[in-house]
Amino acid sequence: MTDVRSINFPYRRSADYGRRQPQPHPIVIVGAGPVGLVAALDLAAKGHASIVIDKKTNLAAGSRAICWAKRTLEIMDRLGLGEVLTSKGVTWQTGKVFFANRRIYEFDLLAESAHRRPAFVNLQQYYFEHFCIEAAARTGLVDLRWQQEVVGLQPTSDGTLIQIRTPEGDYRLIADWVIAADGARSTIRRRLGLGFEGRMFDDQFLICDIKMRMERPAERWFWFDPPFNRGRSALLHKQADDVWRLDFQLGAAADRDEEVKPDNVARRVRAMLGADIAFGFEWISLYRFQSRRLARFRHGRVLFAGDAAHQMSPFGARGGNSGIQDADNLAWKLDLVLRRLAPESLLDSYDGERIAAADENLLNTTRSTDFIAPKGMISRAFRDGVLSLAETEPLARRLVNSGRLSVAASYDGSALNGPDDFAAGECPASRPGAAALDAPLADAFLLDALGRGFVGVCFGREQAADLAAANRRLSEAATPVKMLAVSDAIACRRYGAERAPAYYLFRPDQHVAGRWRALDVAALARAAERASGKAAG
Amino acid sequence: MPLKREPNLKDPDGLYAAILDAHADLSESESIALNARLVLLLANHIGEEAVVREALALARQSIDEAAGSSRGT
Repeated sequence: MTDVRSINFPYRRSADYGRRQPQPHPIVIVGAGPVGLVAALDLAAKGHASIVIDKKTNLAAGSRAICWAKRTLEIMDRLGLGEVLTSKGVTWQTGKVFFANRRIYEFDLLAESAHRRPAFVNLQQYYFEHFCIEAAARTGLVDLRWQQEVVGLQPTSDGTLIQIRTPEGDYRLIADWVIAADGARSTIRRRLGLGFEGRMFDDQFLICDIKMRMERPAERWFWFDPPFNRGRSALLHKQADDVWRLDFQLGAAADRDEEVKPDNVARRVRAMLGADIAFGFEWISLYRFQSRRLARFRHGRVLFAGDAAHQMSPFGARGGNSGIQDADNLAWKLDLVLRRLAPESLLDSYDGERIAAADENLLNTTRSTDFIAPKGMISRAFRDGVLSLAETEPLARRLVNSGRLSVAASYDGSALNGPDDFAAGECPASRPGAAALDAPLADAFLLDALGRGFVGVCFGREQAADLAAANRRLSEAATPVKMLAVSDAIACRRYGAERAPAYYLFRPDQHVAGRWRALDVAALARAAERASGKAAG
Repeated sequence: MPLKREPNLKDPDGLYAAILDAHADLSESESIALNARLVLLLANHIGEEAVVREALALARQSIDEAAGSSRGT
């Protein structure tokens, strides 16, 4: 395989260039990073054409986001890319934590078997983007406009007038809807004058990717206060193609220019991995991070997603994975609005649901950061107390926080959630708002059957005889629902249907919209209406 | 169950002495480290987070009041 980073993205003049009257387009996505590309793919899967604007000429050299969580892989399965990402990537589920020169404990992220996807796959962001770009081309619906940059933005009564700069000059177009996925330094955000305030962390971190052959298991290794980086932390992760991610905390006072010199980085690498290792550098980068989000992600017909909407510390791999969930949440809602099957106000639920998710991510990553880089003597005393006790005392292990790794958001309290007919505390993992739990079926996985429109599932060993009748009625409803029956044992157990049947309604993003103990066609139809933003009851 | 605020120890003087003994010969920073570990161990044993939070609030209130009264006079 040629290095995907060497592939050039040519500038091509679009039909919009040189037009005197700017032409309308239904969807313009700004930014061809993972979030913008996934949004474009998801919309294309639903039949919508989009224009994607990005100024880059090729993929970034650095690996950037590398940890893709199970939920991201499931979303990518829905878009046909879960397998290629998993097979190209490095699957891991064990994390080891070290304190000073001792290993204090290890954790297993996915103790539960019988899921298609593992807890995590490590893969360089450039591969993630590469596979998305290839898939986008195959759809015939994604118009990727490389080497083009948004330089002006003006909301109109029913859309946005966008000025785009190309190597040969500017042109304008009108977007009915804009998805701003243009990253932490979002041009769209600045053009709309939106505040993006939050907490800035002083600590500097050094990332370096090295290529080396090393007989070492694919595990996440995290060091607190190791001998090779006293008083600070370090992280080691394996990626595809024998590339390893090393991350060193440097402190606030580190000299930027000195630290990134290859000789100095090489000294750190050898101190961590051994004086005699042979390796080559792939990428060296210094970063600091912020915790912040926009007050709202929806601004009329401009919708912010990913880093453009929220930024957080990398501990927990919540940046990229939450951005993918943003796109997943947005695409089906925009689809229903564009097809006039839902009111525009449905998109307010994108705001509500993904802001709640962002706040959870910000809370978790901020807590991790405070544990990893304690501020002040008392914070450090408690942190070191936890780490010292963790080696022998299980009670302390649960407090060790080297990053709470990304899991699917549950949209508790969302206005879209329908009834929960289950007894209080019963089967909480599949409550309304939660992402569907995968389970093996006879010849596929449950998630394969979910994600195209609204799907109702009757879980149970014995099936209700009136499923066919329910299907006929629900397929003709204003918000159509396709009904399925699932009797496989693991699925029934995960959905609380071992002893009594259970009836679930899943949204197009595979989140639970409601669940019942009896098959009530009218209730299912009402819940589908509610989840489409059409009914308050 | 709320935080117990009535006496609950059989040998209060003995336990008080044991707490001080545990700190014997420690520097200030070591004592801080010991107290941190002790809090973590006891909090886990208590388990009821509301009780621990109530104890935290009471301890904090006592310090704030002391600081307030000394500033006030």
